[in-house]
Amino acid sequence: MDQQHIRNFSIIAHIDHGKSTLADRVIEATGLLTEREMQEQILDNMELERERGITIKSQAVRTVYKAKNNEEYIFNMIDTPGHVDFTYEVSRSLKACDGAVLVVDASQGIEAQTLANVYLALDNDLDVFPVLNKIDLPSADPDRVAEEIEDVIGIEAMDAPRISAKQGIGIEDVLEEIVHKIPAPKGDPDKPLKALIFDSLYDSYKGIIVFIRVMDGTVKKGDRVRFMATGKSDLVVEVGYFGAGQFIPCDELSAGAVGYICASIKDLKETRVGDTVTNDLDPCDEALPGYRKVNSMVYCGIYPADAAKYTDLREALEKLQLNDASLVYEPETSAALGFGFRCGFLGLLHLDIIEERLEREYDLDLVTTAPGVVYKVYKNDGTVIDITNPANLPDPTEIEHMEEPFVAAEIMVNTEFLGAIIKLCQERRGIQTGMDYIETTRVLLKYDLPLNEIIYDFFDALKSRSKGYASFDYELKEYVPSSLVKLDILINREYVDALSFIVFKDSAYERGRKMCEKLKAEIPRHLFEIPIQAAVGGKVIARETVKAVRKDVLAKCYGGDISRKKKLLEKQKEGKKKMRQIGSVEVPKEAFLSVLKLDSED
Amino acid sequence: MERNISVYVHIPFCVKKCRYCDFPSFAGADNIDSYFTALTDEIRKERDTRGRTADTVYIGGGTPSCVPPLLIEAVLDELRKTYVINDDTEISMEMNPGTCAETSPEVYRRAGINRISLGCQSFNDKSLKRLGRIHSADDIIKTYDILRNGGFENINLDLISSLPGEGLRDTERSLRKAIGLQPEHISVYSLIIEEGTEFHRLLAAGEMKDLPDEEEQAETDLLIRTILSEEKYKRYEISNYAREGRECRHNICYWKRKEYRGFGLAAASLVGNRRFTNTRDMVYINDPGGILSEDRILSRDEEMAEFMFLGLRQTEGVSASDFSRSFGSAIEEVYGGQLEDQMKKGFMEHPGERYFYNDRGLEVSNILMSEFLL
Repeated sequence: MDQQHIRNFSIIAHIDHGKSTLADRVIEATGLLTEREMQEQILDNMELERERGITIKSQAVRTVYKAKNNEEYIFNMIDTPGHVDFTYEVSRSLKACDGAVLVVDASQGIEAQTLANVYLALDNDLDVFPVLNKIDLPSADPDRVAEEIEDVIGIEAMDAPRISAKQGIGIEDVLEEIVHKIPAPKGDPDKPLKALIFDSLYDSYKGIIVFIRVMDGTVKKGDRVRFMATGKSDLVVEVGYFGAGQFIPCDELSAGAVGYICASIKDLKETRVGDTVTNDLDPCDEALPGYRKVNSMVYCGIYPADAAKYTDLREALEKLQLNDASLVYEPETSAALGFGFRCGFLGLLHLDIIEERLEREYDLDLVTTAPGVVYKVYKNDGTVIDITNPANLPDPTEIEHMEEPFVAAEIMVNTEFLGAIIKLCQERRGIQTGMDYIETTRVLLKYDLPLNEIIYDFFDALKSRSKGYASFDYELKEYVPSSLVKLDILINREYVDALSFIVFKDSAYERGRKMCEKLKAEIPRHLFEIPIQAAVGGKVIARETVKAVRKDVLAKCYGGDISRKKKLLEKQKEGKKKMRQIGSVEVPKEAFLSVLKLDSED
Repeated sequence: MERNISVYVHIPFCVKKCRYCDFPSFAGADNIDSYFTALTDEIRKERDTRGRTADTVYIGGGTPSCVPPLLIEAVLDELRKTYVINDDTEISMEMNPGTCAETSPEVYRRAGINRISLGCQSFNDKSLKRLGRIHSADDIIKTYDILRNGGFENINLDLISSLPGEGLRDTERSLRKAIGLQPEHISVYSLIIEEGTEFHRLLAAGEMKDLPDEEEQAETDLLIRTILSEEKYKRYEISNYAREGRECRHNICYWKRKEYRGFGLAAASLVGNRRFTNTRDMVYINDPGGILSEDRILSRDEEMAEFMFLGLRQTEGVSASDFSRSFGSAIEEVYGGQLEDQMKKGFMEHPGERYFYNDRGLEVSNILMSEFLL
């Protein structure tokens, strides 16, 4: 089909504003599927995604729409992950599109991710048109929200379709707008192949499947293609496009098309998102701009609860990485936890997802250490090292200075909670860089914040201090010199490497104190007294004591009681099995995440 | 030679249910006649252990003394037809103060009962009321006198310590009053709040805030041990104290894993390596001994674990030669690591061929004993 009848677009929205529901409606209305074939939400086909209500991996679907002008249009709808951890993936997905549908909840209005996504779309030169969703809600105020969109974003919104994706109201309007407001692709099919990789996945039958948007030229089976960033070349064994939930092979993909190629590629790392695919024999002059290698922002140690499951954990990580090149890991050893892996993630949500998948899909019982960011350590000898595991921090005498990553954060909040949120940001060492009134009751706050202050519970704190109304988005800004120390924990006078963490110097005492309190609450009483100490540079700065068990005895045990009492003893023994042995102390695995809960109360 | 056996008979009737009690017992006299018919029926039907000599018989409850004494006598008559019961047989019966008429001891003694366990629980009237007991401290003394006058020479008094609202001195006063009666045996059980009891509900509802904490309990326990030792009551099990030679032979049989056969509601039996337990439900009377809540053959590992966690309840602990005789392996071969560790940490003693817990070991024995499960 000619490019005039192709529309490549994305739907963008703040979380829960109805993006996935609208996508489902578009697929339904374009009639490629019967209702029976519909999964509840076609684009979110991973079990986990559906439960969390967020889309993790970009996916695409091709449908055919017969417009009111009686012409058929191919819609390539490219889904984007809706979370800040995956900003780079979102930007690559957007790059594959020519326009975007901006979904805004007509009762909520603009949120932090609405803005972040719109800016990202505009940065990628997309034409954006708004849709006001959830007009069926009693609290919907589409006129006000349309005005807000015009004021804040500066795009025309008064005539925006007013729809309810859930109720199926106004969907036809959206489809027509897609035809008329989103530009057709303008590539040159006669030029050498130039295609953007916006996603890839591993399939046990087809091997690695590379999702591409063809900018110029044509690709077909038998072509030899080259991945420009990695320089690898390979033979194309299949090309095709995306049916709903399946891959449909075709003869060729040419300029303007969205589809996939399969080559005999073994390693997902060779097909990096953002890279450019060209023809090996007739390459294009230059790669598409904007490619960068994604770096892990957050690291933590992952260990099997049962040391015998180390191999299982390694195999599970290998399999997960096949589908998620942004997951990195390397083996490490902890005196406290044995053999495990230091794993790097795009953010805390990414970490959560991987951890849950390991536990759920691979049935592994894990011990994870507190997540941390990557610190840059400038040593006296002039070398610079990245520290992902606090236990590896060099001796303070070898360190010239250290740097920690800062993010630029945008927080949207009602004026009612402004004071509380500013206080929160200050507590987290934030530096205010802007404060704009969106309307009289809503403010867009801009802060530079140390990443390590937000990776734990910032989002929760934000939500609880704003009664759920604040929204938040951030991107990595820069590394900034900082006064940092390593806080060590000693349990029964034994140093526990897995509990060390790096902390801003002025917060060390407070953190150490709270950490000891938390550990005291987590570690069960033993037959002996257990001192818990926090130390910086060998100097103890806080201490708590887990008192010894004074009395634990079954007063009565006669004929009829024996089976019952045995169960009681068994329970006691089972409880012990779930613990980690540190010296002679049994530590429950939850204790290793104590540092995460330091800000929960008070 | 045919092995001896111990016999347990359960009488699940009480005048009133106490607030802390999770034993199978019912207030009131419903079903008494049909229950005793069922009970004698179950005894009469017994095959596996028939004809053996009974070392001990224990009639527990409930409150066996709240049913007409003649019913108890009839049960013992039936037992005599099933087992060899002679003058050496220890025959105990549980009794509650205020439930023994002047004339009753004569019937009980005629039936062969030679030991009475009197459930006093406390000599503190305030505590008795709170526990939901039907008697006062004075009633205990009256019943005790009736028993002594009636010719009983072997009496145990049961007490409960760590009661809500009781301090160290309250417990001491109660204990000294019990000792003043000069019983042959005293049991002191630390209160355990069991699920399904009124106390449990109160605790869960936050209406029992005056329970002594662990530290106070441990202090009280120490005081109890000290006083009883001074008064020549030797501690022979976690909660049991007796004058020389007056230990309860029936209970010792449980801790030494000798065979026992239980009749009646919820009664448990250990015959060979089979443990089975009658239902706790009154449907028992429809098919006495036919409805079991538990019936299993214990594995060797389970038997070894029981040998340890029951035997170690006794202050004399376990014997290495008993172990190897029972299981054909040396105790050190099976439990060397645990024994070594618990001795090293100062909880266990091993002077000769026995292993036993010292006072500190007994105090935290739950934690220690769980190590012996295989």
